[in-house]
Amino acid sequence: MASGIRDKVAILGMGCSNFGERWNNSAEDLMLESFTEALADAGIEKEQIEAAWLATALEDQHVGKSAVPVATALRLPNIPATRVENYCASGTEAFRGAVYAVASGACDIALAIGVEKLKDTGYGGLPQRSRGTANDLYWPNVSAPGSFAQLASAYINKHKMSMTDLKRAMAHVSVKSHDNGALNPKAHLRRRIDIDKVLNAPMIAEPLGLFDCCGVSDGSACAIVTTPEIARQLGKKDLVTVKALQISVSNGSELQYNDWDGSYFKTTRVAAQKAYKEAGITNPREELSLIDVHDCFSVTELVTMEDLYVSEEGRASFDILDGFYDADGKIPCQIDGGLKCFGHPIGATGLRMIYEMYLQMNGRAGERQVAMEPRFCLTHNLGGFPSQNVSAITIVGKEDA
Amino acid sequence: MAVGLLSYGAYLPQLRLQRKSIADAHSWFDGSLRGLGRGERTMAAWDEDTNTLAVEAGRRCLAGIDASVSGLYLGSTSFPFLDRQNSGLVGEALNLSSSLQTFDIAGSQKAGTSALLAALKGAGNGENGLVIGADKRRTKAASRAEMNYGDGAASLLVGEGEGVIAELVATHTESVDFVDHFRTEESGFDYVWEERWLRDEGLMKIVPSATQKLLEKSGVTSQDITHFCCPVGSGRDQQGLAKKLGLNVEAVQDTLQANCGNTGTAHSLLMLVGALEAAQSGDLILVLGFGQGCDLLLFRVTEAIAQLGERVGLKASLTTRVEEANYTKFLSINGLLEMEYGLRAETDKDTRLTTYYRNRALINSFVGGKCSACGTQQIPMTNVCVNPECGATSTQQPQPFKEAEAKLVSYTVDSLTYSPCPPAYYGMVQFKEGGRIMLDFADVEPNKELEVGMPMRVVFRIKDFDHKRGFKRYFWKAAPIYSTLSAKQQAEQ
Repeated sequence: MASGIRDKVAILGMGCSNFGERWNNSAEDLMLESFTEALADAGIEKEQIEAAWLATALEDQHVGKSAVPVATALRLPNIPATRVENYCASGTEAFRGAVYAVASGACDIALAIGVEKLKDTGYGGLPQRSRGTANDLYWPNVSAPGSFAQLASAYINKHKMSMTDLKRAMAHVSVKSHDNGALNPKAHLRRRIDIDKVLNAPMIAEPLGLFDCCGVSDGSACAIVTTPEIARQLGKKDLVTVKALQISVSNGSELQYNDWDGSYFKTTRVAAQKAYKEAGITNPREELSLIDVHDCFSVTELVTMEDLYVSEEGRASFDILDGFYDADGKIPCQIDGGLKCFGHPIGATGLRMIYEMYLQMNGRAGERQVAMEPRFCLTHNLGGFPSQNVSAITIVGKEDA
Repeated sequence: MAVGLLSYGAYLPQLRLQRKSIADAHSWFDGSLRGLGRGERTMAAWDEDTNTLAVEAGRRCLAGIDASVSGLYLGSTSFPFLDRQNSGLVGEALNLSSSLQTFDIAGSQKAGTSALLAALKGAGNGENGLVIGADKRRTKAASRAEMNYGDGAASLLVGEGEGVIAELVATHTESVDFVDHFRTEESGFDYVWEERWLRDEGLMKIVPSATQKLLEKSGVTSQDITHFCCPVGSGRDQQGLAKKLGLNVEAVQDTLQANCGNTGTAHSLLMLVGALEAAQSGDLILVLGFGQGCDLLLFRVTEAIAQLGERVGLKASLTTRVEEANYTKFLSINGLLEMEYGLRAETDKDTRLTTYYRNRALINSFVGGKCSACGTQQIPMTNVCVNPECGATSTQQPQPFKEAEAKLVSYTVDSLTYSPCPPAYYGMVQFKEGGRIMLDFADVEPNKELEVGMPMRVVFRIKDFDHKRGFKRYFWKAAPIYSTLSAKQQAEQ
């Protein structure tokens, strides 16, 4: 019987580049930036890394196919390297590869790195691209905001809310993330905004206005993982270990079967239940210290609070407006600014979330360090669309938690 | 048994371009346009063309009719494809049998009536023919054609037996290379000669002698004709012609100039549909097709017309209208104005013809699957049943979804993604008998509310233009069925 990943793997070091419009840097530059930080943090030599996983989602916009770009950019010593892609959840997918490799005993130290160079497209937002030759024949020409905006119409219908009330809660989500991002020197967007600015912004895809949408950024993030024993041998104390790592992938039932109402993420609920079980968490609202979720859009964050079983179904907007998820709330959410303000270089995003949790647990988060010492921290990295997606949940925590 | 018409249907795009908006834009350039700047003309939406207009007209003609169709006769002078049979595509969109003879009939404004003639000749012995005339007419900015033309389609089902609502009495055709306008492979627009010459030397000379021959064949006197469908000339010209033919002036049918415009090859058939809607048993309908000669068809309405169920014909098509006063939009969606579509429009919209062929039941006919093990419906069809309680493999039977009742699950109004006519509307629809799909929307009225739960229907439309290769692809879109009641009120009922 499989026993899960809990406490089998520790984080040895992490790194994250500055996110933003890195006009003069290539994806290779960004990878080196996050890797250099992680290597120094781990306190090892490059030659000690035995396997590597690279996450990129839109590789045709920058490095191209295979893991050769990462092996070349970092001059890895001819070790096995693998490129993974699983929509916007690719970063967590790379982390999972490295963590599982260590947990299996196949190698002692492994690297997970994610990168995306999105600002070579010539316009804001994600690049317009083919969805596959057969899908292109019948899929609507969807944008990301247009896909996620549909959560809102389904959500208000289900919970008998007015769009005005929902939009107010969504606006609070964005204002909160801007407040947090303002304190993060690596974040892409660092200006505070107010509710009125959000509500009066130009419409992108109804009901999502400009400030309901996350930034699209260049950046890289990176993790070096090993076993807790080796970490201790290398002199690390107060280890941050992986408590749970779960990915749930849609099988087409939301999109083709009859029972999904369009207002929530079926996969997030599946992944969350499994992750809590794996981590030994029975009451997430009481036990989680910090969460960083895939707030590609404000409405995504709002419904995800329910899909993670932190807010009761239909109650997320009340918790949000009560400040439950604010930096000084019970469970701060997006303490680093989230996708909204830290930015969203796709392949790096899942690793960037874990990076922030790792910093917070080590008390190294600077101005935005939370007051209470975190024990369990959850990251939620989502790829795809509400109707078909990849939901990836990681829980990290203190080794003794 | 008499051969004749079994059913009819018509489709006019819901947009009505206000002619005043054209006149306002161009009267500085040509003051004479101001005099034409009255009333409205039909205007195809950005995602409509001759084939999509034809599909909708054909669908309306066949609605509720239990008849097999063995021939499809499609008349038009604006076929989107020159070498790929348009009627073959239309036949698949109508989900007709593949044992179907298909004809693209083109080259003259009388192509619509020629299609009808051909179908009537091929009908009988249990063979039914579906006739469709359809045109989306391309015109130059500030031309009289832009004012006078309209876009539309009309359809007739032809066969024999007790269900014939109008039996064919006689036909006559004259072929004369009378060229009042033309369009060639090299020219994108009609080149038009003087209207007075068309009237005096064309209409007034070719039609009377042909009518004389028709009446001689039929034994009918001109005074007995109750409806005269004449697709060319002004109302005054048509009355003049009627007098010359010895017809009662009251028999002249409305030209639809005020509220539709001239729909080209569809127009004779559209007027015939209008005549049938108003006709009673025993009425005699004379239909003219005019262009390089003329076609004449004489029908006698039978008692069966009273038994034909309600049709979506000319009347309903004329009343389903949305005023469009934005002439710039008309220019833009017809490719007459070079717009800044932005970098998002640069995405390659190529179609792999092999992929398309494999998926054509879905793409052309909107056919999904039904599991023979558990009865679950789904679209698209897949190898493994989508029902999590079932999951049977290779049990899917083809299941048509195009007439299935649907309702709205979720939607958005997207201003970011590329659309030739932004914003883009799309969302998920759920079919009452099972199955759901994310679709682009068509015919959304900006000043009306979309609501989760509201009824939707699917319509065949252009999905993408591939300007690089000159291809365009089609798919089905969801169109809202607006009601004066809210979704909540409807649910309560």
